[in-house]
Amino acid sequence: MNLFIEYIIAALLLLGAVFTLMGAIGLAVLPDFFTRLHGPTKATTVGVGAMALASMIWFANQPVGTGFVEILIMVFLLLTAPPSANMMAKAAMHMEVPKVGNTRGDSWQQ
Amino acid sequence: MIAIVLKISIALVVIAALLNVYRLIVGPHAPDRVLAIDTLAINAIALIILLGITLNTRMYLEAALLIAVMGFVSTVAMAKYLKRGSVIE
Amino acid sequence: MLDRLSFPQPWLSLLLFSIWQLLADGVGGGSVIVGLILAWGIPQLTQSFWPDRPAVFKAWRLPGYLLLVLWDIVIASFEVAWLIISPRRPEPMFISYPLQLDCPQAIAILASTISLTPGTVTADISDDHKILLIHALDTRTAEEVIEAIHNRYEKPLMEMFQ
Repeated sequence: MNLFIEYIIAALLLLGAVFTLMGAIGLAVLPDFFTRLHGPTKATTVGVGAMALASMIWFANQPVGTGFVEILIMVFLLLTAPPSANMMAKAAMHMEVPKVGNTRGDSWQQ
Repeated sequence: MIAIVLKISIALVVIAALLNVYRLIVGPHAPDRVLAIDTLAINAIALIILLGITLNTRMYLEAALLIAVMGFVSTVAMAKYLKRGSVIE
Repeated sequence: MLDRLSFPQPWLSLLLFSIWQLLADGVGGGSVIVGLILAWGIPQLTQSFWPDRPAVFKAWRLPGYLLLVLWDIVIASFEVAWLIISPRRPEPMFISYPLQLDCPQAIAILASTISLTPGTVTADISDDHKILLIHALDTRTAEEVIEAIHNRYEKPLMEMFQ
């Protein structure tokens, strides 16, 4: 395998792992539910996407040969992250989960 | 080089999973726990992809896809249960 | 009988067929047959759930929009990651976003885009489909966010669906 491709794979893997960790740190340290929602929906999704891309490039340079399952995983995660975040936000608003003190604006009740 | 990077990546993702478990235990509200489980499922996908590269096999990727599907469905079901009190009306 | 054999949603059928080929990891005799059966059967079974098709849909504008959104998702992740590790406390805000789109598919695309891009998550939509409730992670004023979303995402979508 070409050294350049190896560097790309390594960079994508590290980027993915760091983003996954960022999402988890956000989930652990941010002050209330609505702010915690931001970490996993963006950082973690992109992190796993980067790792899936790395996996595709890796197997393309191996005797095993590459496939399309990684594309499906990436597309599926990107498509499902917004609806699940939306559903959880709705549930949290319905349960009136407390918001952090400096939140401005109102969540409405329907 | 890839072997070392893989080990570092697996370590980082495992730390991420532990942080999610921390949020799962601490809560403090039900939606926080649902969010933690959702993120745990995504971290499991990341671990499976990394394991596949380590062992040089594509066999586990199908499992990753299944976990993605199941994670989404269970998250939506739990969120709906919290909102409405029932999943299928 | 013959009208039963039609494809009421050609794009959905095409999508299902290609996803099945991807799942089967390559085009082969068996996967083509099963793919065709699924591409015919699933739209027939779910026909009553689908909303009316939009009157105008300029599909050639879609790839450009998707590229823009993908790029913004990567940038968004860096911004959120930076915000998480910086010691400053975020200033969250709930924003009511007045929608100018009226087609439900377009609103769904816009809401998903908002959830995936910088520091904003779509939380709810009003019953008359006129207002989106957005939670922003860190912003100074509501106008900033509304302006940015309108110029960057809603305008291309309005051109696509009108």
